[in-house]
Amino acid sequence: MSDETMTLFSPRLAARFDALILKYPLRRSALVPMLLYAQDEVGYLSDAVISEVAERIGITELEVRNVATYYSMLRFKPAGKYNVQVCTNISCMLRGAYEVYERFQEELGIAHKGITADGLFSLEEVECIGACCWAPAIQVNYEFHDELTPEHVPGILAGYRSKAGVPSDGSLSLGWKAGVPSDGSLSLGWKAQAEGNAPHA
Amino acid sequence: MADVTFIVDGKKLTAPAGTLLIDACRKAGIEIPAFCYYPGLSLQAACRMCVVRQEKVPKLQTACTTTVAEGQVFITESPEIAQARKSTIELLLGNHPLDCPVCDAGGECELQDMTFKYGAGESLYAEAKEHREEQQWSPAVYFDRPRCILCYRCIRMCGEGMDVWALGVQNRGVSSVIAPNGGDQLDCEQCGMCIDVCPVGALTSGSYRYKTRPWEMNHVSTVCTFCADGCKVTLGVRQVNDGSEIVRADNRDKSGINGDFLCAKGRFGFDFVESPERLTKPLVRNSQGKLEPATWEHALRFAASKLKEIRDSKGGASIGVIGSNRTTNEENYLLQKFARTVLQTNSIDHVRSTDYAALARALAGHNCKTASLRDIATAPAILLIGGNPTEEHPLLAWNLRTNVRLNRARLYIANTKPIKLERQAKAALRLPADGYQAIPAYLGGSDDTIKDTAFREAVLAEESLVVVFGQEYRGQAVESLVAWGLKRGPNSGSVRFAFLGDHANSRGAADMGLLPDLLPGYVPVTAPGAFQEYPGLPATPGKTLPEMFEAAGKGELGALLVVGANPVASLGVDPAALKNTFVIVQDLFLTETAALADVVFPAASLYEKSGTVTNTYGDVQLAKKAADRAGVKPDFEILVRLAGAMGVDVKTLVPFGKDGVTADLGQSRGAQAGEADRHAVWLAANNLEPRLSPFDPLAVLDEIERLVPGYTLDRINLFGGNDVRTEPGFVPITALKEAASALVAPAHDGLFTSGTLGRYSPALKELEQHQARELAESAAD
Amino acid sequence: MPRLVSHPDEVKIVSRRFGLGAAKIDRYLELGGYKAAKKCLEQGPDWIINEMKASNLRGRGGAGFPAGMKWSFVPKKSAKPKYVLVNGDESEPGTCKDHLIFLHDPHAVIEGTIIAGLAIGAKVGFIYLRGEYRYLLEIMEKAVAGAYAKGFLGKGIFGTDPKTGTEFQIITHTGAGAYEVGEESALMESLEGKRGIPRIKPPFPAVVGLYGGPTVINNAETIATVPHVIEMGAAAYAAAGSARNGGTRLFSISGHVERPGVYELPMGYNLKKMIYEVAGGVRGGRKLKAIVPGGSSTPVLLPEEIDIGMDFDQVAKTGSMLGSAGVVVIDDQTCMVEFALRTISFYQHESCGWCIPCREGTDWLKKSLTRFHAGFGTAKDIDNIQHIAENMLGRTFCPFGDAAAMPTLAFVKKFRKEFEDHLNRKACPFAKHVELAVI
Ligand SMILES: Cc1cc2nc3c(=O)[nH]c(=O)nc-3n(C[C@H](O)[C@H](O)[C@H](O)COP(=O)(O)O)c2cc1C
Ligand code: SF4
Ligand code: FES
Repeated sequence: MSDETMTLFSPRLAARFDALILKYPLRRSALVPMLLYAQDEVGYLSDAVISEVAERIGITELEVRNVATYYSMLRFKPAGKYNVQVCTNISCMLRGAYEVYERFQEELGIAHKGITADGLFSLEEVECIGACCWAPAIQVNYEFHDELTPEHVPGILAGYRSKAGVPSDGSLSLGWKAGVPSDGSLSLGWKAQAEGNAPHA
Repeated sequence: MADVTFIVDGKKLTAPAGTLLIDACRKAGIEIPAFCYYPGLSLQAACRMCVVRQEKVPKLQTACTTTVAEGQVFITESPEIAQARKSTIELLLGNHPLDCPVCDAGGECELQDMTFKYGAGESLYAEAKEHREEQQWSPAVYFDRPRCILCYRCIRMCGEGMDVWALGVQNRGVSSVIAPNGGDQLDCEQCGMCIDVCPVGALTSGSYRYKTRPWEMNHVSTVCTFCADGCKVTLGVRQVNDGSEIVRADNRDKSGINGDFLCAKGRFGFDFVESPERLTKPLVRNSQGKLEPATWEHALRFAASKLKEIRDSKGGASIGVIGSNRTTNEENYLLQKFARTVLQTNSIDHVRSTDYAALARALAGHNCKTASLRDIATAPAILLIGGNPTEEHPLLAWNLRTNVRLNRARLYIANTKPIKLERQAKAALRLPADGYQAIPAYLGGSDDTIKDTAFREAVLAEESLVVVFGQEYRGQAVESLVAWGLKRGPNSGSVRFAFLGDHANSRGAADMGLLPDLLPGYVPVTAPGAFQEYPGLPATPGKTLPEMFEAAGKGELGALLVVGANPVASLGVDPAALKNTFVIVQDLFLTETAALADVVFPAASLYEKSGTVTNTYGDVQLAKKAADRAGVKPDFEILVRLAGAMGVDVKTLVPFGKDGVTADLGQSRGAQAGEADRHAVWLAANNLEPRLSPFDPLAVLDEIERLVPGYTLDRINLFGGNDVRTEPGFVPITALKEAASALVAPAHDGLFTSGTLGRYSPALKELEQHQARELAESAAD
Repeated sequence: MPRLVSHPDEVKIVSRRFGLGAAKIDRYLELGGYKAAKKCLEQGPDWIINEMKASNLRGRGGAGFPAGMKWSFVPKKSAKPKYVLVNGDESEPGTCKDHLIFLHDPHAVIEGTIIAGLAIGAKVGFIYLRGEYRYLLEIMEKAVAGAYAKGFLGKGIFGTDPKTGTEFQIITHTGAGAYEVGEESALMESLEGKRGIPRIKPPFPAVVGLYGGPTVINNAETIATVPHVIEMGAAAYAAAGSARNGGTRLFSISGHVERPGVYELPMGYNLKKMIYEVAGGVRGGRKLKAIVPGGSSTPVLLPEEIDIGMDFDQVAKTGSMLGSAGVVVIDDQTCMVEFALRTISFYQHESCGWCIPCREGTDWLKKSLTRFHAGFGTAKDIDNIQHIAENMLGRTFCPFGDAAAMPTLAFVKKFRKEFEDHLNRKACPFAKHVELAVI
């Protein structure tokens, strides 16, 4: 299955999946992690991803969809290169999460589940992310930013813009501008994202 | 498990330990409401309707998951419980569209019934309801999401019951939704079982939706006319201008041989009855050689006089008779009696779907060696040889799956190709293309062409076994297989057989003597035994079906009477062969055979008449008249009238009435046709004699029971709508001539086809086309 | 990097190594790591279980079930393999303690898992982290690799014979966003690659659990505590806490306090003191209005109810629960209707949807509260909200329904006046953002 010609994943991810399946007493246990890792690389769970995952696990596509649609981190449409997830649950709400969320909306000009026109950012209001004592907190892809105020927002966005190589005036047009190919095949921009994801520790 | 005693609502109940409380209560007549619980399917505990109070337990418990143990005390109805159930319904109704007035399930909806019972009528919900368009998932299945209460019955029925797994749940929480496997399409066997189990109107049938209200229908349970398993089917019938029409077929009456089951043909195929191509007037070929409508009287008189003339001039042997695989036992019996005693010919045959005569011969003298369809649902071990029951015998496949799932029965499959049922099999033996003949020797240990000894050992280790086999076995092969079973030790009583044929009454056609050499009950015409009472019974075997056409081709067949068969199409007969033969056809449609006839009589379908049919396992069931069509007559009546028109004393054919009593022959006229049948059923049910009408098939059933070996029927059960057994092994003869196995022409029907008849069902045709498209699409993927 | 806090009243047992770089195995060993596991290997299962029982360590996941007793339910003999499953799904709003354990002391989780495995005779342990904790999963995975490299995991652990000795494997696993998956049987379903729907009980996981084998499921904090219990001895550990509530607990204090953070305090520590002394009191010198004592699913307490010791039994006496020890402090500028709405929105979003009362009840509650908070409520709505919650209570398939219903009932009962203030199309008296995003 790791045969490059047969998979839509990068060789590294395909090899990881080969190992993942053997890790558990039953291969089906690999399903949820596999979907998440596939999404990390491809950007979302396209039909093609679902079909390949179904084949790798040895279950029907219907079963994969039954499971995938249950988990809220899994998505079926592309998100921005940087998916900004603002927790507004109680602890964060009490310390100003909605103000932070509103500031993100203003700065990005998008609402819940929106994507910026350049495809760089998407925004989401999410449930508790386990950072209640450092509220309000957000996650950008898997990166936490905590103890925020609305004033932090422009800086955070600027950080990611420069990480993506966009000059502050936004003049440079990049590969990711095209967004995710509708067939879900891997574009360079997305791969870079998956690698640029390395969390801080 | 040992019995335990426990108390429910103050009543002492006893049940095996570990029985589900809900089942134990239902058995004792204490009804506990449930949406998600469905007997035989996996437990969900999702709807929370079955809550009961158990002594010493703090929370209400779900009766659907509580297993009974000694000394427990339960309360199943109390204000607290009623309140809990009421609030569950309130919650459900909050988001429910409440479109009962236009919902198909209105009047037979479990949610409606519960709302009524627990009085959750007042709406506490102020928010706007979410509207969603209903979806068409396939020609057969529609889904109306807002009505769905998420009981998961459909998913389980499709997966656990049908082993199709085409339905799932997607999303979570209040967004949860039942989803089909093809995105917005249902790619499955189209059995419609999901519609049947849906307690509300979320899943509806393509052919029934928005047609009528349940209370406007009469519900008649009868026997399906398609395959040879013989499911009980409930027909919903509504009065229309020219009789009464069938608007729905389902499995409301779960008491039948099929329990919960009904397949696509049984459920959707009934619409052939309403086909605009139905014949409703007799046709007679005019002087220009064209078939034109005629009155019954003219057609009957014409046909009768021709038959009489040919018999009297050329002799009975020059007349051939071909019977049907779908007509009732009484009709088949009458047909052969008419052929033999009136037409004076033994040249009677039918399109044989399997070699029942060989089975009868093999089992001659042995009783209780055949398995009923019910036995297959409970037998601890089954050996299935050949065939593909999933397609050809859907109920058999259901019983096998259910038996494996619920009783851990062991299924062994020997087949030349892989079949779906192997998923349930304990072991599967792959045979070479011509491998079936070797099986008896293989099982007996004297064959070494089949290498898999583990399979044999596993089969032989079984204490008792039901061997299910089909048309792969004919003649001598049947005898060797049966012989292996009969002499297998140590407990040789332990092997039983089921022999698979096609169509609703193929077995009845053979059992009732639609054979040139055998009388009813496989009694040789050469040694007619009790049938000696037939006046003028010809003593030599007549022509087989191919021989009749051969004779016709040579100009030696004066007349041919075809009842409900289409040999021209099914056997590929050259139409020219019949040029010089006077042909009478009784049929529903102008089939390829009828088109060649000189006289065509429009016949009633199985759904428009009463009588008994015998499924391929030998289970006899009562078919009840459901619908009515102006202009047509049951084959039984047509035969009686034909005989009458030939000047025969009808009483010698149908022993009706008491001596000296004559009945009004006109009592079943026009739109009232069939009245006599219904009357007869009533008479029989009340054990009343005599049969007053010559059109009363029950009068013939009396004679069948009297003369046909093996057909001593349990009448109370038969008329109560249950299946009863007949035993072909009872044939008291040994040396029978082996019929040419070439005569067997199996139908190889699939899920949506059924011989000529199936071609006239728009619903089945649509399903077949849909399926072909799906197949093409998935192949293109 | 989440900020670490400290306070003199803290008794640092579980958090002893926080901030000391113990995620690296060598450092963990320097700090005394893996001695407890080795000792357990020598002492055997009965001894471990007795120690655990004597420690009065109660589950940190929420229900507070005694860990030693849970372990003792696992049958000694089993045809199917037994498993240890560490619940690191930490999703209860107001709770972020496991976060710090995975970040600062992943080896304590590994060591605790090994000990649980030794106690019940399991050869495999699973560590399930919520999907959002990806960076913690990577830390955890590194730590697991380190433990394998040192021979603490694998075949023949701690120098026993690779063939005949003791075997223990650890498999890490990620979720993908689902609070309900924190419920133990839903967790097993999820780990088996299915939708996170709880299972019918009985059978309980200790008898039929993961892949059908007997399984011990414990919260990550419970497991991380185990090596400390062994190290310091059951009696000493028990003595650190209150009656029938052994040891210390990681309290996640959040909301309107001056110094929010995760503090390790003895079981039974006074809640009032916790808020006013440990966490520095209400932010900006404001007045205290309400306290959620143990994560969002525990009924809210009024300021006059907080002079209590924070352990399972004492909090239960107030009609609330210690739960996951997520203390959320709410000041007097907060709209309790909005707070109730935000709480129930969470439960509506996270309900698995399996059973009717939970699925429909949470949705109905959310819709009513949304309308109510927007000023379109009627007096009947208040009763209706209560009616729905009462009818969810104790009637659902799993405790999730209670987790949604209990706080709702408390909000309505304790803050009815505030609900009434929203009637008659009045704007929210605290109007900051009346237009809550309707997810
Ligand atoms: C809806 C629901 C969510 C839960 N979420 C968690 C969770 O995120 N983490 C956790 O450790 N336990 C959670 N639990 C509790 C677990 O079911 C289980 O009791 C716990 O993991 C057992 O560990 P303990 O005995 O160490 O507390 C949850 C329970 C319910 C009903
Ligand atoms: S569609 Fe019908 S059977 Fe299926 S879950 Fe919904 S209500 Fe139940
Ligand atoms: S029948 Fe018991 S919960 Fe549905």
